[in-house]
Amino acid sequence: MLPTPSTSHVNFNRVYEPAEDSFLLLDTLSASSEIKFLSERFKTSPPPLIMEVGSGSGVVLAFVAAHANHIFGRSDSMFLSSDLNVFACHSTSNTVLKAIDSASSLGEKRSLFLNSLNADLLSCLKANSVDVLIFNPPYVPTSEVPERKASLFPDPVNEAPVSFDDESHFLSLSYAGGVDGMEVTNRLLEDLPRVLHRAHGVAYILLCAQNRPREVQSHVKAWGPSWEVEIVSSSGKKAGWEKLVVLRVSRAG
Amino acid sequence: MKLLTLNFVSCARKACKSSTSSFPLHPRDAELELVEMEFNPQFLQNMLPKLEWEALQIICNELALPTLPSSTPAASDLFESGGEGSSPAQPTQVARDLHKLLLETTIREGLLVCSNCGHEYAIKEGIANFLLPPHLV
Ligand SMILES: [Zn+2]
Repeated sequence: MLPTPSTSHVNFNRVYEPAEDSFLLLDTLSASSEIKFLSERFKTSPPPLIMEVGSGSGVVLAFVAAHANHIFGRSDSMFLSSDLNVFACHSTSNTVLKAIDSASSLGEKRSLFLNSLNADLLSCLKANSVDVLIFNPPYVPTSEVPERKASLFPDPVNEAPVSFDDESHFLSLSYAGGVDGMEVTNRLLEDLPRVLHRAHGVAYILLCAQNRPREVQSHVKAWGPSWEVEIVSSSGKKAGWEKLVVLRVSRAG
Repeated sequence: MKLLTLNFVSCARKACKSSTSSFPLHPRDAELELVEMEFNPQFLQNMLPKLEWEALQIICNELALPTLPSSTPAASDLFESGGEGSSPAQPTQVARDLHKLLLETTIREGLLVCSNCGHEYAIKEGIANFLLPPHLV
């Protein structure tokens, strides 16, 4: 088992605390089958850009960055994140940099963390720019996705005290997925063909049973023969159905 | 925000996606800071095919940074030639300059402007805010 990055500096009143879904992503990305898949895929490419959308505390991206040599079989990967919640952006940045430091003190080559972006999904990414995408979406079915409070944006971080209401608003953004828990994930999927690298792009997307992962799978398959989609891991089996799964969407080049 | 990050971002508005002038975003009123990073010339060499050189030149000019060579350096420009024998090739000044520009030069505070729609994105404490008010999404 590779060590899990420390998030003890993160304020979990404002930022999603690592949970079963985060840990399933860690286990998936460090499974020997995915290591094999990723290191073969990026054997000869220029340095891959690994991007986590909705990075929250940053625990998943930090894990991948700290263990990049092991996972990708190369030490020149770049890491980038986006989150709607500006507190999460700062937390991600801290968590990833700390994890890179501690891996480096154990003799690992340092990964390159570019930046945290305060952004909605992939909206500010250039076409064809992302090689590996990681997304732990707000997947819980709710009557609606909370509207982003305009009053919270684009105010700088430290100036005004943050009310309890604002804090719970940020947390609700991190889990509330609207109808079938799929409203946010569907928006991401819509933008995926534009952003994911045409030759070797691959996306890891976490889903829960209520999201109907197999329907999502056929939806992506219908994009055409150059798209491959597979459920690569799962956790919490309940009456024959997995509670959580990770879907791997890849372009066949 | 590192200048290398600008190699990967464009205007967040849907209406700008099809326009070539939504990339690169143009820094304005930028407060720069140098953040020391471990020098990795091999990384730079591997990155060369991914760099949007023309965009980088524009950004350098706008930030009043030293002018870049007119085209992307070749891999051979990053390491001293000669050095027969077993000693590893030494990185050149070009490699050191590129490292400083792409990885150590960061925008601490300022704006990024889309030349297609004119929208200004603020950078605060190194983090760019690409969130749009609902009527611009
Ligand atoms: Zn624009």
